[in-house]
Amino acid sequence: MGAQMVLGPYTPGAAIDAALKMKRSDVVVTVRESGLRGRGGAGFPTGTKWMLAAAATGDEKYVVCNADEGEPGTFKDRVLLSDHADLVFDGMAVCAYAIGARKGFVYLRGEYRYLLADLEATLERMREENRLGKSIAGKDGFDFDIEIRLGSGAYVCGEESALIESLEGRRGEPRIRPPFPVSAGYLGRPTAVNNVETFALASRIMEKGAEWFSEIGTDESAGYKLFSVSGDCENPGVYELPMGTSINELLTTVGAEDAVAVQVGGASGEMVTRDAFNRRLAFEDVATGGSVIVFGPERNLLDVLENFMDFFTDESCGQCTPCRLGIRRLLNGVRDLKKGALSADDLKMLRGLSKSVAISSKCGLGQSCDTPFASILDAHLKGVAQ
Amino acid sequence: MKATAGVDWCEVVDALAEKHDRKPHALMGILQDLQMEYGHVCPDAQIEVALALGISPTHVSDVISFYHFLCSEPKGQYVVWLCQTISCDMADKDQIAKALSDELGISFGETTGDGLFTLEYTNCMGMCDQAPAMLVNDEVHVSLTPDSAREIIAGYRREGGLG
Repeated sequence: MGAQMVLGPYTPGAAIDAALKMKRSDVVVTVRESGLRGRGGAGFPTGTKWMLAAAATGDEKYVVCNADEGEPGTFKDRVLLSDHADLVFDGMAVCAYAIGARKGFVYLRGEYRYLLADLEATLERMREENRLGKSIAGKDGFDFDIEIRLGSGAYVCGEESALIESLEGRRGEPRIRPPFPVSAGYLGRPTAVNNVETFALASRIMEKGAEWFSEIGTDESAGYKLFSVSGDCENPGVYELPMGTSINELLTTVGAEDAVAVQVGGASGEMVTRDAFNRRLAFEDVATGGSVIVFGPERNLLDVLENFMDFFTDESCGQCTPCRLGIRRLLNGVRDLKKGALSADDLKMLRGLSKSVAISSKCGLGQSCDTPFASILDAHLKGVAQ
Repeated sequence: MKATAGVDWCEVVDALAEKHDRKPHALMGILQDLQMEYGHVCPDAQIEVALALGISPTHVSDVISFYHFLCSEPKGQYVVWLCQTISCDMADKDQIAKALSDELGISFGETTGDGLFTLEYTNCMGMCDQAPAMLVNDEVHVSLTPDSAREIIAGYRREGGLG
């Protein structure tokens, strides 16, 4: 639904053919000029990441597709892998060509194991068509293949350094960064880790050109974005819309005119209330990996906050004490608040604790917990819903 | 799911190491295969995995304890994972939980007396547009109602009874 530029028809191999007509360095330049930024949520410029990985020295380099789509409310990568796997895998091959990698991994979340057989079949077909393997598309010296590795149910493995730890056979505990994976990633070698959607878009950019992409969206957030919409709306699903689309426009498109609040960016994202629905879905306003959860007027927003804090308590890897213990304390605080057993002083203390967890945690899980905590609490206190 | 009694773990793990590699980075793949095949990774198997990959047995048990979908104690032949995260929660997940619990006669975290089913909650499984959803082992079931949830359980019960 939506524009259908990314999710529209695609001729398998088109992106690789287009990339191979260019020098490796020009592929990187094209991605940079497109303005593409990482679609997992953090929004790091993809061209810059590829440039750093290309410039890094190492006997081996790796391309990793982050398909550990675990952010609550996100499912667009599932749709891409189910219906547009060629687009994603071709994008990985384009990246491999650009940075000089010979091996790629898809880190597929365990919950999506049911997609494995079809994805393996697609890879096998690509090998038969010489889109993977030796001298891809007849290009001497361009050898690349992709292996699918599965996750086993750990949200934190969506963090790129935790993902690499898991790939290496360890607990998915995030690393201290720097060094970043582009210089020291899988087995200590330069590694470009990108989201599923980022690779799909890189393919489209090869096929249609940098300008096609950069002309859409806003100055800081180019191109199309896939939004996963769920919750209180008529038509949940994946929507393809330009970056910079307002929350109002999105809600009209999905049939959620009576929404009182939306959670943008999943459990780690921000709650936006009706009075601010003119805000835009873009890195410079409400940033998101694409998760949009809609809440109608009958919802108790403290239930939502409790659900998210419970989620983080469960998924914290346990390395950082503020995250491991602090979020549990926040969860208990929300439960007390629901019972009416929390004083104003306690609430103030919790707000401070939430900020402490955010500044003293090593990775995005703990660092982002204050965003939902503060914004959902504020929305509740404003009385926008039940 | 295969029984673990009398299994020659040295042989089983050797075959898996041959398939995945004999280096530490093959650990997840080997553990996932053992989990799929036997429903858990028993301590004897863990020691063989450690020997095959040149890592310590505590490293192996440490990794198993970290991931939701790996375990070292047996569970039911069918592990039912009901999604508890927000979109499924708002789509009346509690009604599905009650139907599953009533149908199986167990609470969440428990296994039926015949060893056929274990009931668990899981976090967001990416089916939010078709909530509520659950996994049974690696099979996905979406847009659940209390009735459809009971029917799905009945289907696995028939399948399990045959196997």
